[in-house]
Amino acid sequence: MTVLYAKSHEWIKKNDDGTALIGISDFAQHALGSLVFVNLPEVDDEIVAGEPFADVESVKAVSDVYSPVSGVVLEVNEELLDAPEKINDDALGAWFIKVGELADEVELFDEAAYAAICAEEE
Amino acid sequence: MELKTPLYDCHVALGGKIVPFAGYLLPVQYTDVIEEHMAVRNAAGLFDVSHMGEVILKGPDALENLNFILTNNFTEMPIGRCRYSIICNEKGGVVDDVIVYKIADETFLIVVNAANRHKDVAHLKANIFGDVTLEDISDSTSQIALQGPKSWDIIRKLIKEEDIPQKYYTFKYNVDINGADCIISQTGYTGETGFEIYLNNAAAPVLWHKLLEVGAEFGLIPCGLGARDTLRLEAAMPLYGHEMNEEITPFEAGLSFGVKMDKPNFIGKEALSESLPAGRCRVGLKATGRGIIREHQDVMIGDKQIGHTTSGTFCPKLNGAYAMALIDKNFSEIGTKVTVLVRGRAVEAEIVPLPFYKHP
Repeated sequence: MTVLYAKSHEWIKKNDDGTALIGISDFAQHALGSLVFVNLPEVDDEIVAGEPFADVESVKAVSDVYSPVSGVVLEVNEELLDAPEKINDDALGAWFIKVGELADEVELFDEAAYAAICAEEE
Repeated sequence: MELKTPLYDCHVALGGKIVPFAGYLLPVQYTDVIEEHMAVRNAAGLFDVSHMGEVILKGPDALENLNFILTNNFTEMPIGRCRYSIICNEKGGVVDDVIVYKIADETFLIVVNAANRHKDVAHLKANIFGDVTLEDISDSTSQIALQGPKSWDIIRKLIKEEDIPQKYYTFKYNVDINGADCIISQTGYTGETGFEIYLNNAAAPVLWHKLLEVGAEFGLIPCGLGARDTLRLEAAMPLYGHEMNEEITPFEAGLSFGVKMDKPNFIGKEALSESLPAGRCRVGLKATGRGIIREHQDVMIGDKQIGHTTSGTFCPKLNGAYAMALIDKNFSEIGTKVTVLVRGRAVEAEIVPLPFYKHP
């Protein structure tokens, strides 16, 4: 499954069945530091490409998480609510939401192009 | 343009993430706030707090000046003792909170908050009287805080037992630490045992490295401002600009122990007498619902706002979200259930005793 990234540091993995998983990048989790809280949307919520759909909090600050696509939330990873550190441990495995009815999307980048964006930010 | 402390290059070399704070460029963290926080609770942490201001008040009338301009009573204070105090304005609001070191009968060191330094010096200058001089030595003075249970093992590697201030809120003067002439006090802002060391700028980097070197075997690591804030909040220590400011009285902030109303006169006394009993008070909140409570969030009981939070974060040692709030005293009983509006979401919380954490 190909992973694509948004400039705002979220990843998206599109499944063959027209759904997708969304999380935040390893670069993002590293920049944020130890995460202590995640606020997730609810199933059936509509999300909009480029708009915040969740937030993550480190000890220091709260940060919005932006959706790379428009769609409808099919599932939320409730495991993260009790164990936000899973995002730090494995950012690419720790999906936030599964979405369906995919519509618009923001500009997405492959691994190499995204790495270049991160390198510039550092 | 922010200033660099004499330890700036040390922070950069150690990989510190530098941010502007109170006019200085300081590390917010080196590796991770939680890791640094836990190091102080379980072993030891080293902080650059050179941004703090130091003012020397000296002369035959120094004591009388302190007793008039500050709220605490310094009359019976022995040499070698530290004393916490508030500086109030005429309205009874807090200009700053400070620690006074009695160096000699006529010589006192006042340690002030970095962000308030120039305001404090102006306030002191405007109010001093008689035979006394005021000298701001902040720019030539560095401060290093060694905090945590292992601080004792570490400092014993560098100085003799008789040079270690044995009691909380005492200090030793003219102590040679690794060749540097230092003041070392048993004070801190973490809720843990430890020391604060004052020395000349030129000597600071050498001592910083020496402390890290001898402390390594005890688990000492450098810590940033992020951990300093979570540590002080977990220990419910007030921070100027949050739990107190020029519009909040020391009584509201829960700092009455630093205000001696039986003194004949001091700046703010009249206003403070009239403001009693205080209608608001500082309380501790523990989030019982999901969410991290931050500062400036409304504290509610039902639809009624009873106050607002002044600081809040995730407390690593207690593994939960805690906050301090200034609320209507009528609702301040321990165990009271409240909600806090966190970015539009109501997070359930409960009033709990202060401090949240007390070291064993």
